[in-house]
Amino acid sequence: MASGGNSGDARGSRALLRIGLGALGVAAFVALWDAAYVFNWAPRGTLPDPFAVPGALLAEWRNDRLLPAVGSSLVHYVWGLGVGTVLGFGVGLLSATSRVFDDAHYMLARILRPIPPLAWVVFAIAWFQVSHAGAAFVISIGVFWVNYFATAAGVRDVDPRYYELARAFGHGGFIKRVGSVTLPGAAPGILSGMRTGVGQAWMTLIAAELLGVPGMGQEMNAAAGVGAYDAVVVYMLAISLIYTLSDGVFALIEKRLLRWRP
Amino acid sequence: MLEVRDLAYRFPGAEAPVFEGLDFTIGAGEFVALVGGSGVGKSTVLRNVAGLIRPSSGKTASPQAAERGTRDTAFVFQDTRLLPWRRIRANVGYGLAGLGLSRSDKRARIDEVLTLIGMRDFGPRWPHAVSGGQAQRVGLARALAVHPRLLLMDEPFSAVDALTRQRLQDELLDIWRRLRMAVLFVTHDIAEAVYLADRVCVLRGAPAGIVFDEAVPAARPRRRNDPDLQAFAARVADHL
Repeated sequence: MASGGNSGDARGSRALLRIGLGALGVAAFVALWDAAYVFNWAPRGTLPDPFAVPGALLAEWRNDRLLPAVGSSLVHYVWGLGVGTVLGFGVGLLSATSRVFDDAHYMLARILRPIPPLAWVVFAIAWFQVSHAGAAFVISIGVFWVNYFATAAGVRDVDPRYYELARAFGHGGFIKRVGSVTLPGAAPGILSGMRTGVGQAWMTLIAAELLGVPGMGQEMNAAAGVGAYDAVVVYMLAISLIYTLSDGVFALIEKRLLRWRP
Repeated sequence: MLEVRDLAYRFPGAEAPVFEGLDFTIGAGEFVALVGGSGVGKSTVLRNVAGLIRPSSGKTASPQAAERGTRDTAFVFQDTRLLPWRRIRANVGYGLAGLGLSRSDKRARIDEVLTLIGMRDFGPRWPHAVSGGQAQRVGLARALAVHPRLLLMDEPFSAVDALTRQRLQDELLDIWRRLRMAVLFVTHDIAEAVYLADRVCVLRGAPAGIVFDEAVPAARPRRRNDPDLQAFAARVADHL
């Protein structure tokens, strides 16, 4: 009992130490940043005062810019992520389960894969003008590839012995086999791909919005244009916060779905 | 129960068949052990009988069609092959889909076989949370749940420790006495074969054939150290 309590205490104090050191690391970074501001290490007027950031946050909130920008970005995010995930999953599953489809598409995939999502911005503007759909389109491309590869690899890695089991116990048909073996067996790979997509979508989102589609990217561009770099930092931190939240939610879903793992 | 006629199987790309000209029958409720060295095609015979692979020539046939709510054969794998993403209950019920059973029928079947293997309370567990011997019992329960007339067992006890193996063998005999399905039991362990089976067949050669097929001359229940069993085991070993 006593030793159990002691080791519990040791774990607790280790966790506290970690939090303390983590906070210290952030404080050191802010101090360095403030020194850079005070001693003008960056070109004049391009580095905001770290202690002006809370004020800038309040100003963005008060003049009603922050929330609409976040909302608009979330629209792009959810649509781009949703479309890219569903299509990437579907095509990946098809490529790993159908030999004919795999043969028919592998060359095309090789050609298209290396094209960076942002290179499609030109067509996004041509086809969708500067619109929500254009931003979502660009985001969905990056998310598509991540999910496509993760799903195809996950499905190919399913232990073939489980397919023999499925046949021996009346699950040999396509639907039953996919439902009882392929999808659950590939789920760890598929879900880790989806989670990567959740992060990847934010990376392309801001770049897509820098073109002028309303959202956080556009707000950042506009703020930088008038030298309000403290507002730029506000949006950067907002992105960080929303990413952390969305990744955390997804991690919970992942953990729940994979609770069968030891 | 099962008739195997002139069965041969050649692996895709192989020159010669792994076995050929196999003839044997299994009567209703009969326990037959198929013994042989590694690579001689024992498991392949079992997979042919189960319909998991197609014979190169010859055929395996059961005279009657399976009754409603049952499968003709059910397979017990050496590596247990429980689906790690299904709880024990769902693993046990895996073969019940598509048999036209109602939800409560399925529940009753699962309870029945979980009780039979003495794991009634293990239903909600995940496979990773049971021992190797328990996982093997679950694999057996999954096969029994479909009420097979012929149970196909592929070296089911070869991956567990000696003590657990003996216990599992006795449990299997007990279950077989109660349910009286036919069993085709593949093993490389002669002592196991003569202790369990009514009849022992030896598969040997390249291509392999059945070189020995005799009834075990010992009444049940048997003792492992019965001299008659040991003498019979020695004769089986001579043919291996």
